[in-house]
Amino acid sequence: MGAHKRTVPVLTVILAIFVLWYAGSVALNAKWAEDKATRAHVSLSFSELVTDTWSQDKPKLPTPHQVAREIWKTTVGMAMRGRAFSRRSLIYHSWITLSATVLGFFLGTGLGILLAVGIVHNRAMDMSVMPWVIASQTVPILAIAPMVIVVLNAVGIAGLLPKAVISMYLSFFPVVVGMVKGLRSPDRMQLDQMRTWYASKPQTFWKLRLPSSMPYLFTSLKIAMAAALVGAIVAELPINQNGGLGARMLVGSYYGQTIQIWSALITAAVLAAVLVGLIGVMQAATLKRMGMAQ
Amino acid sequence: MIWIVGSVLFWLVSWWANLRMARLPKSRLTSVAVPTLFGLALLVLWQGIVRGAGINPVLLPAPTDIAVKFASSMPILWADFYQTFVKGALSGYVIGCGAAFLTAVLVDRSPFLQAGLLPVGNFVAALPIIGMAPILVMWFGFDWQSKAAVVVVMVFFPMLVNTVEGLHASSAMQRDLMRTYAASYSQGLRRLRLPAAMPFVFNGLKISTTLALIGAIVAEFFGSPIKGMGFRISTEVGRLALDMVWAEIAVAALAGSAFYGCVAMIEKIVTFWHPSQRRG
Repeated sequence: MGAHKRTVPVLTVILAIFVLWYAGSVALNAKWAEDKATRAHVSLSFSELVTDTWSQDKPKLPTPHQVAREIWKTTVGMAMRGRAFSRRSLIYHSWITLSATVLGFFLGTGLGILLAVGIVHNRAMDMSVMPWVIASQTVPILAIAPMVIVVLNAVGIAGLLPKAVISMYLSFFPVVVGMVKGLRSPDRMQLDQMRTWYASKPQTFWKLRLPSSMPYLFTSLKIAMAAALVGAIVAELPINQNGGLGARMLVGSYYGQTIQIWSALITAAVLAAVLVGLIGVMQAATLKRMGMAQ
Repeated sequence: MIWIVGSVLFWLVSWWANLRMARLPKSRLTSVAVPTLFGLALLVLWQGIVRGAGINPVLLPAPTDIAVKFASSMPILWADFYQTFVKGALSGYVIGCGAAFLTAVLVDRSPFLQAGLLPVGNFVAALPIIGMAPILVMWFGFDWQSKAAVVVVMVFFPMLVNTVEGLHASSAMQRDLMRTYAASYSQGLRRLRLPAAMPFVFNGLKISTTLALIGAIVAEFFGSPIKGMGFRISTEVGRLALDMVWAEIAVAALAGSAFYGCVAMIEKIVTFWHPSQRRG
């Protein structure tokens, strides 16, 4: 299906989501608006009800334009006043989460690739480690996040590193699984060909296994990046820390600041989309360069 | 000292044994024994280092301490498990996967909606949806309903995308054959396309098992009644009672693997015809 054939349906679905969102915020916020009107002894017409539900301070469901205004105010608005990195700015919080995510992602990817290389080349390692890697995918690893944060804090490691450890841990497994599959993807014929050329093991690795694992690598990198961001956000929840999108959500939920929660959530979503999109661009460029593009 | 030396020795011996076993021809026995021995060696190493180096149990309790705690607090663990897994995760899993499956079948007749929903669904599946947790806790209160809601939101899109993809899995030849039989749309769906979609559906169901448990646990960090696995983890971490936290994590790991195992078993029964299920 061509790209232009998809645009219309996708836009329709997105439009439908926005319509539902606005309708939902009328439905969910109506009770508060009506309570307020009864207390003031006035009755609301439908249009008054709608305007009120779309402009409350602490709505149950803020409208998209309220969230957009809040995001604008706390990013570009603050940046224009030269306070891009003040503690009230979303840029500051995004930066904290982003740095932990990226650091954890690189550590996790590096370790994952190393382990995958070991697994592919060592039969004992394959047989002893691989079942545990697969089994660990069924375990809610995220549950250990609070403990890791608190324990590392107790031994004096605070700030970026504990969060990066969680991100690393989450991005590690998809990379191992994907890379083992990728490094094993050359078929017997290709491996035989390498043997015919009297290629050494490292040569086979660098010239055959690694290049043919690239499509698998990029697919798992996308999953790993999304997982790393989730890890960093959840790692910010357990104890009060110096900001971050997760901390912003938690503070928002303490004080019922729904607009703040939503703006942090949307920012996190944009961040995820940008990071995964970047990997997608790198994937397209690399695979095209290697002549593997579909 | 004797603890450390002993455990390292055990680890080396088991590593050597694994190396020897890996050289044997692959059999059922070795493929179970090797990973088991590896896991056991890690546990012994953990125990030995914690005991030998005298690591503070506040930082890392020994496996035996965790096992003792696990055995002595069964009632609490069961209550937490029931609250989080049965009430929160399982009900959300059933509702979310069911709703996604029905949506996929309903939009099946409209290529327009599919073309719109698939990219959006794929996009949403990559977002940190877990962030919806504080909002849903506000909407649905502290009890299990809000946890189930988080789980519904988390599993919906992966399940939807997989089911929609699965409904396209039958080949053109097979669909043509159904048409030759003059099969109606619903007959074609029931007899050919839904069975052919099952491997994809189960893939979605399997991905969703882990997501469900994660969603239910993390949602409890934002507020919960005074039981539940996520609640217990966050409060016991605050009290630095790490043996209880580890016991709770063991429960989560067991529940997660058992849940996954159950779904995988049902898959084996339903999709017995698929090449990946054949033996030998």
